Amino acid sequence: MTRVRIAQLSCGPEYSGVQKEIDAAAAAVDAEIFFPDLKLADLKQSYDEFGLDVRSPDLKLAIARAKALVEGRIEADAVFIATCFRCAEAAIVRNELRRFIHENSKLPVVSYSFTERTTSGTLLTRMEALTTIARRRALLAREVQQGLTMGIDSGSSTTKAVVMRDNTIIGTGWLPTTAVLESADEAIRRALSEAGVTREEIQAVGTTGYGRFLVGDHVNADLIQEELTVNSKGAVFLADAQHGPSTVIDIGGMDNKAISVQDGIPGTFTMGGICAGASGRFLEMTSKRLGVDITELGPLAMKGMSRKVPMNSYCIVFGTQSLVNALAAGSTPEDVAAAACHSVAEQVFEQQLQEVDIKEPVIMVGGTSLIQGLVRAMEELLQTKIIVPHHAQYIGAVGSALLASGFIKGD
Amino acid sequence: MAKVFIYPTTSLILSDLVARFGHTPLSAALQIRDRIQTPGLESPPLQITPEGPKKGLRWAAVEVPSGVRGRMSLYGPMIEEAEAAIIINNPDFSFGCMGCARTNELINFLIRKRKVPILDLEYPETDEEGVEFVAAIKRFLDDLNGGAA
Repeated sequence: MTRVRIAQLSCGPEYSGVQKEIDAAAAAVDAEIFFPDLKLADLKQSYDEFGLDVRSPDLKLAIARAKALVEGRIEADAVFIATCFRCAEAAIVRNELRRFIHENSKLPVVSYSFTERTTSGTLLTRMEALTTIARRRALLAREVQQGLTMGIDSGSSTTKAVVMRDNTIIGTGWLPTTAVLESADEAIRRALSEAGVTREEIQAVGTTGYGRFLVGDHVNADLIQEELTVNSKGAVFLADAQHGPSTVIDIGGMDNKAISVQDGIPGTFTMGGICAGASGRFLEMTSKRLGVDITELGPLAMKGMSRKVPMNSYCIVFGTQSLVNALAAGSTPEDVAAAACHSVAEQVFEQQLQEVDIKEPVIMVGGTSLIQGLVRAMEELLQTKIIVPHHAQYIGAVGSALLASGFIKGD
Repeated sequence: MAKVFIYPTTSLILSDLVARFGHTPLSAALQIRDRIQTPGLESPPLQITPEGPKKGLRWAAVEVPSGVRGRMSLYGPMIEEAEAAIIINNPDFSFGCMGCARTNELINFLIRKRKVPILDLEYPETDEEGVEFVAAIKRFLDDLNGGAA
């Protein structure tokens, strides 16, 4: 496939001054944005048939365009739905169109609510994931890791490396991210050491995470891939859920990902988080304030009752204030830990999980999935059992190592 | 000659009618033409940059979506400049399409608040209504000149 063609269904970006940013993000991943052309008569008919009575003509146009895409009257490789942040009418349309396209076509779709501050950098990972799904379906269909490969996940909080041989993890390395390249080198060293192999023996390398390009260049990676597709692949591989639907939740150090997956390939996904209050960073702060290691926060939270402490970490500053107030008022560390976990889970639930279709099994991954209190809080909110696979914190590195095996010479 | 704000502001037909009958139309097409012809700007397709929504704060508060504020940065100055207005209610998409319903509500409110002469018309559905539609616009525009044709 040459250039990936992404159909844009939107209201407002050209008037918000961000259309240029959307175009730039697409161009950066060798894709082009286009607006599906419709006849006026088709517009009216499609809009009426869809049945959602909105007042904004641009939203009516978006609905008609979605119908044309789903019915195959217009060809596209992927769909990008964008509307103004804080517009209720547009939010309803955005969600319904995303669901409509997901349920009625195989087109990968991502929706986004922008402000005038949205930049191409913010959109890049989403566009990269969209184009990967469209362009590399064959690669993403890979279910078995072969040969000796390594995956490196250069995350905002931690750097992870994994060495795999013939579908088995044989070495892991993990450390907090400081200087990106030094952290990657150390994670690699640890993973290779545990695996008992040398760098020269590794047949293919994949990188993901925020530092993927820098680290990818540094290690001469065969595959440099955003974390949405890689994490989906890693999650279904580790959870043994490669076939059928699943939902992957990754509450990261800087942002969160919620991905609706079908046969290991993301269909719809959201990425973001309004504030660090809804991320692993808030849980790190909580553990510091409670004087416990982050690894102890989960077991502590399991002993507490979140309902006993009012806490809303919508903003990390106010969330920390609630935490301090609760401790000053005599709340137990157990209840505070449970409340912090509940608060983070609640925000991911309210802000992100509403934008993807939750289908079982639900798989939680990333370092925060090891905090049992957070997983329990999410289970309560979703009313379902959540799978946390072994090696869940290495999800990106595992996904990279798995996909990288498609690049072994002669494969 | 009066500056006449038109709604939908994107209507080329309405803009042309106003100009033909001797007045200056305040329309989106002319505003956007000015922007596109301004050297140094590179923000296609409308040459509205992220500064637009910030300028729009004059007419809509910060909690209003950026698309509304960006549109108001275009239409707000036209409303303030208007000496008269022609408003077509329930127009067909082909006549002129205003994308955002919230912006349209605000535009209609602000132009009426100006207390300038306003012609309110329903979009014509038949040929007869169409003829009367154009005649009503001509009468209104003539009256702005003190009745001179």
